[in-house]
Amino acid sequence: MNIREEILTGLLLDEESTLTLGELSRACTAHAEWIIELVDEGILEPTGSDIAHWRFSGASLHRAHTTMRLQRDLGINLAGAALVLDLVEEIETLRSQLQVLNRRSPGN
Amino acid sequence: MEYKDYYKIMGVKKEATQDEIKRAYRKLARKYHPDVSKEEGAEEKFKQVGEAYEVLKDPEKRAAYDQLGSNWKAGQDFKPPPDWDAGFEFSGGGFTDGDASAYSDFFESLFGHDFSRARSSQRPFHARGEDHHAKVSIDLEDAFHGATRSITLRTPELDEKGRLITRERTLNVRIPKGVKSGQRIRLAGQGAAGSGKGGSGDLYLQIEIKPHPLYRVEGRDIYLDLPVAPWEAALGAKVKVPTPGGVVDLKIPAGSVSGHKLRLKGRGIPGKPAGDLYVILQITLPPAESDQARALYRKMEQELAFNPRAKLGV
Repeated sequence: MNIREEILTGLLLDEESTLTLGELSRACTAHAEWIIELVDEGILEPTGSDIAHWRFSGASLHRAHTTMRLQRDLGINLAGAALVLDLVEEIETLRSQLQVLNRRSPGN
Repeated sequence: MEYKDYYKIMGVKKEATQDEIKRAYRKLARKYHPDVSKEEGAEEKFKQVGEAYEVLKDPEKRAAYDQLGSNWKAGQDFKPPPDWDAGFEFSGGGFTDGDASAYSDFFESLFGHDFSRARSSQRPFHARGEDHHAKVSIDLEDAFHGATRSITLRTPELDEKGRLITRERTLNVRIPKGVKSGQRIRLAGQGAAGSGKGGSGDLYLQIEIKPHPLYRVEGRDIYLDLPVAPWEAALGAKVKVPTPGGVVDLKIPAGSVSGHKLRLKGRGIPGKPAGDLYVILQITLPPAESDQARALYRKMEQELAFNPRAKLGV
């Protein structure tokens, strides 16, 4: 496998890249049923009217992975994982705002 | 190899009950979980705690570990005594459900060999390789224009004899134009190799934009502090502004004050939609170092009826 010279182009997991249910469960090595549970819990919010047309945003993959780790490492149930994800996201937003404020405060 | 004091890592006494150990583990795991904690070195601590728990939660392993004696100090050079584990039977194999590659050499030397043997002699089994995660720091300019970055990854793997080795490989990865800090790039099939007929795992790269001396980045928006002279702010002016895409002319409206935010639409990081560039005005006073400058300040003092503290009632 000659990977030294080759330039790899990955998939940028942003708002525009989308995954189907099958792609997402393969990327998570999880059953589709587990992904459906995450949707029922509101952890993932696919677009599309029914399961066959569900499209998950690139960011879903990270949320699904994090949920998996939280379940495995801390024994958190899905409702708890959903809460952790929301709180962590909120903390990250606050942290970056704080950083901007700190750097803008006079005297720096 | 360094001796590891698992009791110290868990913050429990040597005579702690299994329940106490479990509670200590739960607490530390929550504190240092890499998905939750932003503490420096959280991931490393989380792994250590996991390894300590792997030993202490299992009465058999714990008894064997205790048998090493209490004369060892954390960090001390350690060699397991010959036949140290004679008389102990590990029903669960060395590693239970833990991640073998994450544990230390110390753990490996005590409990690892059984595991490797057990695995390699098993009937062939197929499992998809693990996903790998890495962080890539890029410059703001790279996010602006796109770039190719070469990254070196060190991957722990088991060789054909079941020994843990570190493989190093270098990948050239295209960083697409318009990435935001925190976004991830997925490289399918670039993670760990699978066993048997299982496919390779994926590699996830998390993008981090390095702090820039001029600009602050928030999502796709860019912020720039722009110093302006008092007369530029008071009377209005057209000034030159640096942006990552090149120098642009900016009209400062008359009567601007410090902290005033001017938006240059679409001049942030490209994308759909492109970010904006915000210019924050900072009125900068000319130094009163020459007689001429002092005379001008004096003149303003005398001729402008200006009380900057009028709103404070003094």
